[in-house]
Amino acid sequence: MNGKELIARRVARELRDGFYVNLGIGLPTTVAAYVPDGIEVILQSENGLLGIGPPPSAEQEDPDLINAGKQPVTILHGSSFFGSDQAFAMIRGGHMDVSILGAMQVSSQGDLANWTIPGKMVKGMGGAMDLVASGARVIVAMEHNAKDGAFKIVEECSLPLTGVRVVNDIVTELGWFHISREGIVLEEIAEGVTREEVEKRTGCHLLFAQQLRPMLPF
Amino acid sequence: MTVMLGGFGLCGIPENLIAALIRKGVKGLHTISNNMGVDGFGMGLMLEAGMIASHIGSYVGENRLLERLVIAGELDLTLIPQGTLAERIRAGGAGIPAFYVPAGVGTVVAEGKETREFDGKTYLMERALRADVSLIKAWKADRHGNLVFRKTARNFNPAMATAAELTIVEVEEFVELGELDPDDIVTPGIYVDRVVVGAEFQKPIESRFIQERAQP
Repeated sequence: MNGKELIARRVARELRDGFYVNLGIGLPTTVAAYVPDGIEVILQSENGLLGIGPPPSAEQEDPDLINAGKQPVTILHGSSFFGSDQAFAMIRGGHMDVSILGAMQVSSQGDLANWTIPGKMVKGMGGAMDLVASGARVIVAMEHNAKDGAFKIVEECSLPLTGVRVVNDIVTELGWFHISREGIVLEEIAEGVTREEVEKRTGCHLLFAQQLRPMLPF
Repeated sequence: MTVMLGGFGLCGIPENLIAALIRKGVKGLHTISNNMGVDGFGMGLMLEAGMIASHIGSYVGENRLLERLVIAGELDLTLIPQGTLAERIRAGGAGIPAFYVPAGVGTVVAEGKETREFDGKTYLMERALRADVSLIKAWKADRHGNLVFRKTARNFNPAMATAAELTIVEVEEFVELGELDPDDIVTPGIYVDRVVVGAEFQKPIESRFIQERAQP
């Protein structure tokens, strides 16, 4: 199992029956494939769909039916369509249970940066600022370090922020981190990973849970 | 002139109206749309034709030319949160000049904006958005301009229909009065000024699941 799959599987274990969940673009989208059997989770796509089904076969693809990553999807019995204004009314109005997003940087206070690199990358925040400001629980699912090895969990974000003190938890291939008042707490550690390795690859002071648990994917 | 264009990515965009606008050769447009098409399709074609002076949107990551122009300082781009964009348009159509949202507090989006605390939480004041013309896409229309949409091709289209001096709708099918069930109508005809039946629709698919792409 590669790191990204471990992350997606661990996040999926956090979902509860009846949850309304928004999955961000990229890694978070893959969480849908690992929702445990017997649990019904209703996935929201901010372009106007509640009840995202599995990816379509080539014959089933419909350009009028996509997710927020612009990928073709399917619907399920009980799905519904709506406009963008209503999609964000349900987000802003606090009707979602969990929002799972990717990140470029997360600070020890839970600040999130994931939408732009000044002078280098012009993309945009899309719905991320609305999602993190909604009051729903925010889980960041990301690889622990950038491709060049740079820290992504940092004392203070150097990139423009998406939200201030909005992240509740972070899951990476190294472990599960909770943002508490005291700082970032490593609560679960992945198999074969040492505390020292996590500390070495993290750009801020790290606290360890008294009962550090193994991070299990299922 | 300010123009709103419906769609999310390439889904539910008025592709025939965009083509007509390019043929007309209008310049200096101030556009409002969630995205900016892709290089080679949708609003990307308008950008390549040099028609756009400024743009307000939430995500433009699929357009390399736009990124180059913005970094070079040749295009005035304003990025705002997607929900705030949708609500500003909705408010523009509903006669609400301003409102408060939590999105963007403590970020660059808050710069220059009034903030206010309600029940211990800070909010930003956001102004309504209106346009001279809205170019939108629906599935079916009747003679009164009543509209129904198809699946996720609805997105920003109904809100934008309400927020312009002139709303032009591109549809796939024009039907007789009475054919649309009043219970199904999403945009009542009062908001619609012109209806055009699109000649043909390309509807490109922008992205696919990586797992699928990996398969031979």
